[in-house]
Amino acid sequence: MSAAEEVEVVTEGQAVEAVPKRAMTLGYGTSLVVLAALILIPLFVKNFIIFQMTMLLIYGLAVMALNILTGGSGQFSLGQSAFYAVGAYTSAILMEHAGMNYALTLPIAGIVCFGFGFLFGQPALRLSGVYLALATFALATAMPQLLKLGYFEHWTGGVQGLVVTKPDAPFGLPLSQDMWLYYFTLVVTIAIYIASVNLLRSRSGRAFMAIRDNEIAASAMGVDVALYKTLAFGVSAGITGVAGGLGAIAVQFVAPDGYTIQLAISLFLGMVVGGVGWLPGSIVGSAFIIFVPNIAEGISKGLSGAVFGVLLFLVIFLVPHGARQVAIVAQQLAAKLKKN
Amino acid sequence: MELFANQVLAGIATGAIYACMALAVVMIYQAIDHLNFAQGEMAMFSTFVSWQLMQWGVPYWGAFVLTVAFSFAAGIVIERLLFKPLAKAPILTNVAGFIALYAIINSVAGLIWDFTIKQYPTPFGSSPFLGSQLISTHQAGMIGITLLMLVLLFFFFRFTRVGLAMRAAASLPESARLVGINTSWMIALGWGMASAIGSIAGMMIAPVVFLEPNMMLGVLIYGFAAAVLGGLTSPFGAVMGGFLVGIFENLVGTYIPGVGNELKLPIALALIIVVLVVKPAGLFGRAIVKRV
Repeated sequence: MSAAEEVEVVTEGQAVEAVPKRAMTLGYGTSLVVLAALILIPLFVKNFIIFQMTMLLIYGLAVMALNILTGGSGQFSLGQSAFYAVGAYTSAILMEHAGMNYALTLPIAGIVCFGFGFLFGQPALRLSGVYLALATFALATAMPQLLKLGYFEHWTGGVQGLVVTKPDAPFGLPLSQDMWLYYFTLVVTIAIYIASVNLLRSRSGRAFMAIRDNEIAASAMGVDVALYKTLAFGVSAGITGVAGGLGAIAVQFVAPDGYTIQLAISLFLGMVVGGVGWLPGSIVGSAFIIFVPNIAEGISKGLSGAVFGVLLFLVIFLVPHGARQVAIVAQQLAAKLKKN
Repeated sequence: MELFANQVLAGIATGAIYACMALAVVMIYQAIDHLNFAQGEMAMFSTFVSWQLMQWGVPYWGAFVLTVAFSFAAGIVIERLLFKPLAKAPILTNVAGFIALYAIINSVAGLIWDFTIKQYPTPFGSSPFLGSQLISTHQAGMIGITLLMLVLLFFFFRFTRVGLAMRAAASLPESARLVGINTSWMIALGWGMASAIGSIAGMMIAPVVFLEPNMMLGVLIYGFAAAVLGGLTSPFGAVMGGFLVGIFENLVGTYIPGVGNELKLPIALALIIVVLVVKPAGLFGRAIVKRV
């Protein structure tokens, strides 16, 4: 129960609360149950729901990338949509202009975004807290206009965007396109999830967390603060880029107006709802940003934004640590029941 | 040379918009150390309120005064209800709160007044100012109002007890509490004032950009850029920053080929990043010294 106690030690003025390393992941048993559910459910549902689950995984990946940046190294970003867009465009351009295989475009999208994030991390180094939120906010609002630029129109398709062809299942597997894409996304997501967990448990991960908790102490202990902060930005952008590439393939379309500040805000909210610094919460946050707007629209069509905002306030006030808090409470309840 | 002078003049005219907004941004930053991402939406909502009052037959200046009073009260209510409980929460939670507020206000305004673009009246008329084609009487009036607000704020912070108490509460909260200042209410007052200034900015901007629920997004980014350029700690800097950003935007558009309206936001982005990297305190701000 150390996680619940640790939560109380939030000092005033800290950007992000400290999350102990063990509390960042799920136990093996729970992981297997979730994995089994993710593998089995698509076999029994309609294609549209499979598509939604694919998007759930993709946004989950993007939220997790932000979680590594914020929950891991304590830096903000309201500009994740920019990295997502760059990843999506890299994949789309490589597939449509260079005729490359969709699976091969993903690592390239990841590397391109890693570079972009690493470079953007350089000026971001000198900023913290609110200033960083502001700089990344400006990046996200500027991105659609940059993508629409006449100079790149030959490649990006300008305002029109690009249409991407959906891949068929390989080796003549008897799977529909949606189902194949879902399992493909699932494999990529699991691979990146495992890599991220390992990253956070490694020396680099400890360096991230040391910077998050106390930058000065971290540098006194020999952590290269500048390097690890930019590295966190790079890794986060890289993963977001892969998610963006997957998103382009799943939606079969990229256009500048698909990657506005709205997307960046959604990803940010997903992280808050899922619990900052708790990687499995990313999927909960992703579900929130995909399904809640629909529910909100169901409650009142014109007021969907307001309902969304009110729900968000409820989350902030009632469960400030997001899904992680719910999980901890559930765990405590289960332990109590076992004792009785 | 004449082209240059004209562009500078036109830049000052657009800069007045940003200066108004930047002033509101700096006010709230002074009071709570946060940038309020919902600031633009709050200003937009106030502007709609004044528009509605005028539709009901209230004369312009009556509506103006009522709206400023309403915004002041609304700012305080929002702070008391939503953000006072979050005062000790991490910055991240506060940012999420601002975003939620943004979504709520935008959506409610859209529901009440829908998303069609509306004309908004100006009290100054829109004929050319002093025979110049580049600057209209409305823009001249807007510059005048902005400077007037700046002077009033200066006198308020410099010469009144409440102004002094607010400065004390912002710079050293613990010591301020020890001498009997209610710092919590000073923050609420800061919200109210920022909201009131924002509403004036909104009413000045609306005749230029037209009234609709999304009118503030671009203006807010430029307001942030202006506030950052001038220094987030200085109201005077924010106004100067606004004018400078307006001039800069116009000159870049005139002299660098291929940069037009489509690059408006990337220019603001570049400006924000360059200023934050080269001179984080801004032109007129105090450098922040952190105790280790």
